[in-house]
Formats: sequence, structure tokens, C-alpha cells
Amino acid sequence: MKPEKLIVDGRRLDGRGPSDLRKIKIEAGVLHRADGSCYLEWGGNKVFAAVYGPREAVPRHIQNPLRAIVNARYNMAAFSVEDRKRPGPDRRSVEISKVISEALQRCILTEQFPRASVDVCIEVLDAEAGTRCAGLTAAAVALVDAGIPMRDIPVACAAGKIDGQVVVDLGKEEDNFGQADLPIAIAPRTGEVLLLQMDGHLTVEEFNRAFDMAVEGCCKVSEIQKKAIMQRYHTVDEVIE
Amino acid sequence: MTVIPLLKKEYVTKLAEDGKRVDGRAFDAYRPISIETNCVNKAEGSARVKIGNTQVIVGVKMDLGEPFSDTPDCGVLSTAAELIPLASPDFEAGPPQRDAIELARVVDRGVRESEVVDIHKMVITHGEKVWIVFIDIHILDYDGNLFDAASLGALAALLTTKIPIFRMMESGALEKKDLEAWYERTHIEEIREIYSRPDFDEIVAKKKKGIIKDIRLPMTEPPISCTAVKISNIVFFDPSLDEEELADARLTVATDTNGDIRAMQKGLAGSFTKEEIQGVIQGALDNGRTIRQKLSESIGK
Repeated sequence: MKPEKLIVDGRRLDGRGPSDLRKIKIEAGVLHRADGSCYLEWGGNKVFAAVYGPREAVPRHIQNPLRAIVNARYNMAAFSVEDRKRPGPDRRSVEISKVISEALQRCILTEQFPRASVDVCIEVLDAEAGTRCAGLTAAAVALVDAGIPMRDIPVACAAGKIDGQVVVDLGKEEDNFGQADLPIAIAPRTGEVLLLQMDGHLTVEEFNRAFDMAVEGCCKVSEIQKKAIMQRYHTVDEVIE
Repeated sequence: MTVIPLLKKEYVTKLAEDGKRVDGRAFDAYRPISIETNCVNKAEGSARVKIGNTQVIVGVKMDLGEPFSDTPDCGVLSTAAELIPLASPDFEAGPPQRDAIELARVVDRGVRESEVVDIHKMVITHGEKVWIVFIDIHILDYDGNLFDAASLGALAALLTTKIPIFRMMESGALEKKDLEAWYERTHIEEIREIYSRPDFDEIVAKKKKGIIKDIRLPMTEPPISCTAVKISNIVFFDPSLDEEELADARLTVATDTNGDIRAMQKGLAGSFTKEEIQGVIQGALDNGRTIRQKLSESIGK
């Protein structure tokens, strides 16, 4: 059911201002078997990411003799949404897997691992708008945790338009009943755009504002990513007498 | 057998002859178990179970639908397991493989045969409308003994499941007459409390969230499964991944609160002697008691 208004007195339904992100929690190195892993909570989203590799790409014919291939698989748990989703990939997951793979590939130094594959598994356990951004952000931390050489740590965040106003990081109702959604991923060091999708309706001026807000959101999330990674590899500074 | 498991086998059996295990446990001891419930908001019930490094998450979703034609007066239970590639370098994406199907079926049997969920109380109209319970098992981290982790997760998730009555009424799948028919069959007082509220029609018409309380799944006391494997004539409870890969034979025993056996399943090509089986049963009883205790604590009892 559509709420009457998505913004009341400058506050969004969950009490956020236009440029506030939902609460984010990131933890690196949470799975034992994976080469690198990450658990991420972003608002009501709960996502695991695991990285395996670089390892020999199979079957042989998918190998690239010059560089590693990056193979991300975005998957939603059957119980992650309101009505049970049939397990396995659907067209939406396949598309998201593809755009995430491509975004990650840009940052990984794939030329160092010819014929190999870097496999990234993203599992969405609880979904509440913005799972592709959450998934990519988690995957990036898992890649760092796996020690994969990278140019930068990619990060994603969305902006959108609700009740005619541009806001960052759409929540559930905002995503369902808003007028536009613009998820992006960037390499925060250079500002290079790795992923960009848009649906809905934005004027050029609104797009520019939304884009800037999403980048600003990315930078905030990037800081949390770095903190989570540092936490995992925290060194104890103590001199033994 | 390739060379690495062969070397490992030598190491594991050498240690075992001295009465030791690779991770320092006693032969009948479990790794630390933790159960966390209600960890997925969108699910009707959920649990995350860790046994050592092994980690599974189980979510329960419910829907309304038609019963199977041969059991018109029973609700429907459906269990699926996914060995997602996140959990191990050896798992591949794609439709469920043999291992995943075996796992799902063993868990399913544990839930179904022990009648933990009272499926006769899940019927709204005979042969037409019943509750369907989907149990989905996701393996997150595979370090051995998935059977116990998955069964325990399924039980914990079911024990915390709330039937989504309001959601079904909101979508029009469940009506007042359905609730009345359901109460007539089951005499669950909570159902009557819902439809006999004076403001019932108003709540439904205005779709007021959070007023109607979803009721718990009708459950009975569940049996607990414990698994042991045999390597070179020594029995190891709660096998780790290495131990599982070396195992000659495997035995799962489910025991209930009275100390009775409710299910057994042997796996793999090796064999057990009668004494060994009795040993496994005793170990399953002892470990089952502590695990049951943990399960009750996790669901807030």
C-alpha cells in the first residue's frame, strides 16, 4: 500500500534526512572455508560475500590466456523476500551478477593471473531495497580479505527521487513508490564509475544532483569498508620488555 | 584416494590410536554449538546454526495452497537445501546436486516422520486449502557435519515460525470464513480470538499492520539428530571436514526427550559392529540432551 507521502517535514519515513544513509555494518573474514569473505548489513539488507581464487578457470574453454576472468554470482535466498522466491537464478539475478562482475573486474589486477578465475559469491539473506549495492560493497571487502591485488576498493550506493525530491540510499517504500532509482558503483580513489543503472524519471539537473549524492554516499560507505578491513588486520602495538 | 587425503588419514588414525583428535576434542565431543534465531526479518522463522566452523542458515516461508491429492487433510511441508558455492571451494552453482538432495531429504524426514509440525492442524478446508511450509537450508560455511547443523537449524527455525495470518488476509488469500473453518478443525483458541475481535473487519479493510498477532506453528517436542563417523575402527562424533572426508561409515541417530530412538540412518560403504552402534546410540543420547537444552534456550524457553 502506498503511503500518502514519502517525505514529511523534510524527514523520510524512517526519519532520515535527504542525504542520510541507512545504518551500515560490515565485518570482514567471517567464513572459514572461503579465501576471503564479508558480512554486511545495510538497513534491512543482510548479505554474505565469499571469494574463491584466483584458481584455475573451469571448464577450460572459458579461460582467458591473458588475464583472469571475474565471475560474480548474485543469489537471493528463497526466504529473503516477502513472498517466497523460487531458488536459483532468474533473469534479474543473472543481470545483476553480470554488472557486478564487470564492475569488480575493472578494479582487480586480472592480468596477473592468466587462465584463472576469481569467483565471487554474493548471498542475499534478507532483502530491503538496494541489494545490488550492498552485494557489490560486500564483495569488494571479501576480495580485499582474500588478498586479491586491486587498483582500488570498489563501493556502491544508490540515489533516487521520491516525492519530487532527490535523496540518497532509497529504503523499501521509497524504492517501490519513488520516481527514480540510480544505483552506482565507483572506484573511490579516482572517482571512476564502475556501475551505473537508472530507472524512473529524472531531469538532467536532477540526475546531476542524484549522481553527486550517490558518489557522496559511496565515499561514506568506503570509509566503513576500510574500517572493517583494518579491524580484521589490526596490529597490536606492544613492545615485549 | 589422492595423496593428500591419504596423508591426512595416516595422521588422523595415528593420533586416534593415542586417543587424540586433530582439534583436541574427545571422540564423543561436539564442537561448540551456537544457535541464533529470528535472524532474517522477511522470513516467517529463521535460525543460524554454527557447529565449530560449519555454518548454516535456515529460513521458513509459508503460503496457502492445495494439499496433495493423496493427503487431503494434511498441510504440506517442503524442504530444500542449497550447497551454494559461497560455502566451499568444491560447491558449484546450478540445480541441486545429489549431496544437496540427500541432505534436504534427511532433514525433511527428520521433520516429517517425527511429526514435529502438526500437519493435521494446518488444514483450512479439506482437500482445498492448506498451509504450505517451505524450509530452505542455506549452507554458508562447510566444515563437516552438515546433517546435524541443517536438522538443528530447521528445528530452531520451525520453533520460531509465526504463521503469517495478516499478510495472507492482506493479499486476500485468507478470509474470515477460512479462519472460522480452520478453528472448527483445530480448536486453536488463538484463531478464534483473531476473527471474533469486534474491530476485525475494520483492521482488514484498512490493512492496519501489527494489530493481529501471527500465531506460532503447532509443534511437538522434536527429536535431536547426532552424527558419528567411523575411521579405521574408531568412532568420531560430530566429524570435522577432514574426518568426514576420511570416513568409512557414517551413522545418524535421532533421539527424543524420553531417551527413545526416533530415526537412524547409516551412510557410506563401511560397516559398524553391534557394539559400535550401541556406542553411537549412547553418545547420541548424551549429546542430544545438551543440544536440546541449547535449542530450548535459543528459542527463549
